[in-house]
Amino acid sequence: MAALGGLLVLLPVAAMAARVNWPQFIPLITSESSLTALGLSLRTSAASTALCIILGVPLALVLARATFPGQRLLRSFVLLPLVLPPVVGGIALLYTFGRQGLLGRNLELLGIQVAFSTAAVVLAQTFVALPFLVVSLEGALRTAGGRYEAVAATLGARPGTVLRRVTVPLVLPGLASGAVLSFARGLGEFGATLTFAGSLQGVTRTLPLEIYLQRETDADAAVALSLVLVAVAVTVVALSYRGPRRTGTAAGTTAARATGGGVQ
Amino acid sequence: MTFRLDAAVEARGFDVSLTVGPAETVAIMGPNGAGKSTLLAVIAGLLHPDAGGAEVDGKILFDLAGGRPSWTAPHLRGTALLAQEPLLFPHLTVLENVAFGPRSKGVPRREARKAARRWLGAVDAGELAARRPAELSGGQAQRVAVARALAADPQLLLLDEPMAALDIHAAPLLRRLLKQVLAERRAIIITHDVLDALMLADRVIVLEDGRVTEAGPTRDVLQRPRSRFVAGLAGLNLVAGTLTEHGVRTAAGQEFAGQHDSATEAGAFIPGQAGVAVFPPSAVSVFLTEAHGSPRNSFPVAVTDLEPHGDQIRVRAGDLSADITPAASADLGLAPGMTVFFVIKAGAVSVYPA
Repeated sequence: MAALGGLLVLLPVAAMAARVNWPQFIPLITSESSLTALGLSLRTSAASTALCIILGVPLALVLARATFPGQRLLRSFVLLPLVLPPVVGGIALLYTFGRQGLLGRNLELLGIQVAFSTAAVVLAQTFVALPFLVVSLEGALRTAGGRYEAVAATLGARPGTVLRRVTVPLVLPGLASGAVLSFARGLGEFGATLTFAGSLQGVTRTLPLEIYLQRETDADAAVALSLVLVAVAVTVVALSYRGPRRTGTAAGTTAARATGGGVQ
Repeated sequence: MTFRLDAAVEARGFDVSLTVGPAETVAIMGPNGAGKSTLLAVIAGLLHPDAGGAEVDGKILFDLAGGRPSWTAPHLRGTALLAQEPLLFPHLTVLENVAFGPRSKGVPRREARKAARRWLGAVDAGELAARRPAELSGGQAQRVAVARALAADPQLLLLDEPMAALDIHAAPLLRRLLKQVLAERRAIIITHDVLDALMLADRVIVLEDGRVTEAGPTRDVLQRPRSRFVAGLAGLNLVAGTLTEHGVRTAAGQEFAGQHDSATEAGAFIPGQAGVAVFPPSAVSVFLTEAHGSPRNSFPVAVTDLEPHGDQIRVRAGDLSADITPAASADLGLAPGMTVFFVIKAGAVSVYPA
């Protein structure tokens, strides 16, 4: 059964690799539209990863260290994008930041239009990738426990010093693996991006969207670009597995989901 | 110039008052769940009590009594905590771990390191300075943890069973070290070990169910236990009941004849008052039939366990025990479940108010 499970993942990748038009591989992935899409994907994924860190670190700290009513509810909501179809996430974002959306209406008055812009791509990627960072980091924070922090405090360290010199160094591996996974999830994001940001070359057409588009016209290009995404995903999984054991298992399961997001 | 605490934590049924003198070490003993760790957490500021107050050398740690409650954050209390596990920061070297306290107080890096080296030398761990905590043995790590706690220059050192996680070879070394460093220092040490209490502490406070049940100089408390817990620590048998003219009567109506502990309280007891009869297991003889002749106590018990105890056999019967020679045990053919008679000379039983 284990072999069968492994095959289920490996076989399709191998089948795809077998269909690659190797002589044309380099020209196919270096075409102007491909490079534009790849560049946009890398830039937006980097931006959404940064946003995930900025928003996710405080969130993970609150979930792991504080106790307050509604904490379990908050955790469930943070995890929601993991189980939500990305298309649904995109629609939800559209009704929040779109022209007629909850916040979009007011932003529109300020002359800011979010939907169908590069910012929308970043927002969509952040939406789907945030849980990966929060889950990884919260796990690391819980493993590290509050006991080192308590000892640090009794030794005379201010809360800021405890955070900087004890908490952050202890959870750095968890934070790194969470960031890598968020990056991978952002890179593979398709459904929410298409719904919320559209597919405008150079502005919102990321690599997965480009692949989907090319499939209609140039199957060889689609396959070649897919292989590029697989390579990136494998690199990311390898990177997060290099982390310490305690985050290894969590990273493994979530990494599989991240790759799944890239091939949909 | 003392440490004074008076605190209640309702959710844990905890209500304790105590004081510790300037260079005094107090041992806290008590069964599991008695509130020993709660006590340290309240003092260190890691747990918020519901009522009470505490101060050390005039500095208020917390005061929840008045109309305006005050609360000093843990890092401003000067109450370094040494736990069962060393809890050295795994990402810092030994030297940086010890320098952590001074650094946190704003001491420049070089001076903090110099102080750290000095403290590492004091705990005989100078050669470990460059190592990571993962490269230390349990005993080494705990020695470094002692240096780290001392380097923070605490006004009150809190030790939560510092020897409990060490193997039997490392524990004596650390105990000797602690005896040195605690000599001129104010400290509270939680321990399960009578030896720690005798060697390291000036006074012992016994906690049971979140309350202080006994307190006093270590030797006195152990010599005159008033609770079954302390009697167990001191290796003595204890029977609780009410005082009579000749001894103690248990709730079940059994009479224990003994010597009233009269040196200090001649005639001071009131018959009917709660009291205890205490006697060492070595004063108990074991017979198969009832022995007669006064003044002796003789009563039937069911043997629950036999175990080696030094070069003797300890015969346990419920809460009571007797120490007899292996030869005597063999002669009597003792086995768990047998009914035998415990016989104790009245002269060997101390009786005093509880």
